[in-house]
Amino acid sequence: MINRRKLLQTSSAVAAVSSLGFPAVVRAQKAPIKIGLMAPLTGVLAAGGKELVEGFELWWERNGKEIAGRKIEITVEDDASNPDTALQKARRLVEQTNVHFLIGNITANTGLAVANYVKGNGVPYFIPVIAADDLTQRNRIPNVLRIAGYTGSQMTRPLADWSLKAGYKKVATVSQDYAYGHEMCGGFCQTFTEGGGQIVQQFWHPLNNSDFSPYLGQLQGLGVDAIFGMETGADASRFLQQYTSFGLKGKIPLIGAMNVADQSVIRTLGDEPMDVVSCAMFAEGGQDEATKAFVAGYEERYQKLPSVFGTTHYSGAKWLTEALTAIGGNVEDREALLKAVRGIELKGTPLGSVVKLDPYGHPVYNVFIRKVVKRADGKKWNVPIATYENVSQFWKYDPETYMKQPSYSRTFQGIKS
Amino acid sequence: MTDGERRHPAWVSWASSVGVLAVLATLPFVLKSYHLGIATQILIFAILAMSIDVLAGFSGRTPLCHGAIFGTATYFVIYSVNIWDLPLPAALLVGVAAATVLSAVFAILAVRVSGVYFLLLTLALGLVVWGVCLRWSQVTGGENGLRGDLRRGALADIKVFYAIAAATSLFAYIAMRRFVNSPFGLTLRGIRDSESRMASLGYNVTLHVFLAFVVSGFFAGLAGSIYAVFNNYVSPSAVALPQSVQGLLMAIVGGIGTLVGSYVGAALIIMLELFVSAFTERWQIVLGSVFVAIMLFAPEGIVGKINQLTRRHSQSKNTNP
Repeated sequence: MINRRKLLQTSSAVAAVSSLGFPAVVRAQKAPIKIGLMAPLTGVLAAGGKELVEGFELWWERNGKEIAGRKIEITVEDDASNPDTALQKARRLVEQTNVHFLIGNITANTGLAVANYVKGNGVPYFIPVIAADDLTQRNRIPNVLRIAGYTGSQMTRPLADWSLKAGYKKVATVSQDYAYGHEMCGGFCQTFTEGGGQIVQQFWHPLNNSDFSPYLGQLQGLGVDAIFGMETGADASRFLQQYTSFGLKGKIPLIGAMNVADQSVIRTLGDEPMDVVSCAMFAEGGQDEATKAFVAGYEERYQKLPSVFGTTHYSGAKWLTEALTAIGGNVEDREALLKAVRGIELKGTPLGSVVKLDPYGHPVYNVFIRKVVKRADGKKWNVPIATYENVSQFWKYDPETYMKQPSYSRTFQGIKS
Repeated sequence: MTDGERRHPAWVSWASSVGVLAVLATLPFVLKSYHLGIATQILIFAILAMSIDVLAGFSGRTPLCHGAIFGTATYFVIYSVNIWDLPLPAALLVGVAAATVLSAVFAILAVRVSGVYFLLLTLALGLVVWGVCLRWSQVTGGENGLRGDLRRGALADIKVFYAIAAATSLFAYIAMRRFVNSPFGLTLRGIRDSESRMASLGYNVTLHVFLAFVVSGFFAGLAGSIYAVFNNYVSPSAVALPQSVQGLLMAIVGGIGTLVGSYVGAALIIMLELFVSAFTERWQIVLGSVFVAIMLFAPEGIVGKINQLTRRHSQSKNTNP
């Protein structure tokens, strides 16, 4: 009769042998690499979520779903932009589908919830869109890496510098009142005021604001040189429309976060977004070969110009492919995977030039100041008008000193008076 | 067998209790961690649904604010561990206490009205909590919510946590059943059936409903506190209206006024959601159709329907011996 202890000893011995011996090699050649991709496919952000999946799939379609003899298996789950749903789906992907790592999500709250979950179990989690500053700063988690992603404040600091050089002295900001908006505005306000600019006033409104007239009315009389707008999705469309119908277009220039002029917004509008200046780590109207090839391929496949969601996940997929190739497809070794991902110097993506992670797990790359213009066929797109090279999430500050200042919030915007 | 049921109801209820306990005890050994997580979630949400049932099924007041009470406890637990550095047991107490106090405030405002006005007033109160959680970002983290680190040590093992959740859930069930079957609970049922009669008999209707509301809020808070440890994360979606609606739906689908139906409702809704969403992203349509079907064919809920059928069966036996 086998008692329990005996059984345990035997089975652990078997496990030890199989992890050391030949079965591991056989398994490595056969078992697929399982990727869990999460995106909001229902709810307000469903359109963006769909583009995210499209961008990710486009890479694999073009480059084959096989690395080092192992098939790539992608399981897509809908996070519904809801953190509780995202957590539930992450649990399912990790504990039921047994994926090797997770990637995706759009809203910061879903990303933060999933990040907190993988913090406990060490599953690698890659976040090409989740922009919450602190995920790669004050509250970073070793197995959460922002491949091909960005933080809010990283993007807007070059724009602030560019604005000063463009001669803007006084700026007012209009933004959605949540963490992403606080960070986008914070980065701009801090760099802008440290460079001698003045933030005249800041307007915060709740998400899904239908009427901007109270803010636009006040903006008219403030005597500012430019308006900084931080709006996403439908708010961005409404803001651009009302900014135009209020007659401010052509009078007070509009500069803004990348989402104001993202393809997902401007392709749905008429002439309202023309000439808006924004900042991002990619511009679909860029003239380098990799960008042109990606944009043409995406347009051919999906009959539209790529947005930030598709672009970052396409680039993220390339990043993962290079890392997985470097470790010979041995995705079970999480440490090796994370190390490989950290070590990649990514070239030939729509993110332009060379992209690599800083020691905090956040990419350093060129940031473009972009302007909305019309292409020859009349489609609007963002064309780079200035480039800031190798922009870090800490801009020109020392990381440790920088992280001692509080996170950006409605009350702390880093404004130097 | 049915004869035995009628002659030995105590024996049958003991047997079924032992059966349920046996199933609960075997789950950790047969289920994988993911499924055990779902079982844990069902046990937690059943507490929420039962707390709603105490009001909706036994006191004749249908609330739409229990998600907010539940989520308030969740917020307090994570906040008090993160910011006040309280040990987890103390934080859980803080969470339950906060939910109870909140429900007392809600009760003071809402007990005077009934019917659709009660529904709307509690809906509005719940939305206030949601608004505060969303906008007071210095404290609640706004849209981003609060991240906790509560599943440390033994709690990180889902089996251990499952055992705690199951014990809590059983405690809540027994306590609430005792509550609704007590003389106080019978008075509540009297109020449900005819408020004016109870008032004219000299019962203080307002006080009774107030106390029922607070007791119900206490259990919603208990569920929310455990949920904080389970999810390790809280955001405004925990206090939002869909949470209240979902809790109410669980109670209704399982069978309002049955308590035990809450388990059936919670299990059905959570499993259906997870099962269907694995096949289609349009899972809400399927879920909606199921609700419609249940309301058409078993408006008294699943357990309610079963009770009705067995009662009819035994009655017909009684009349034709």
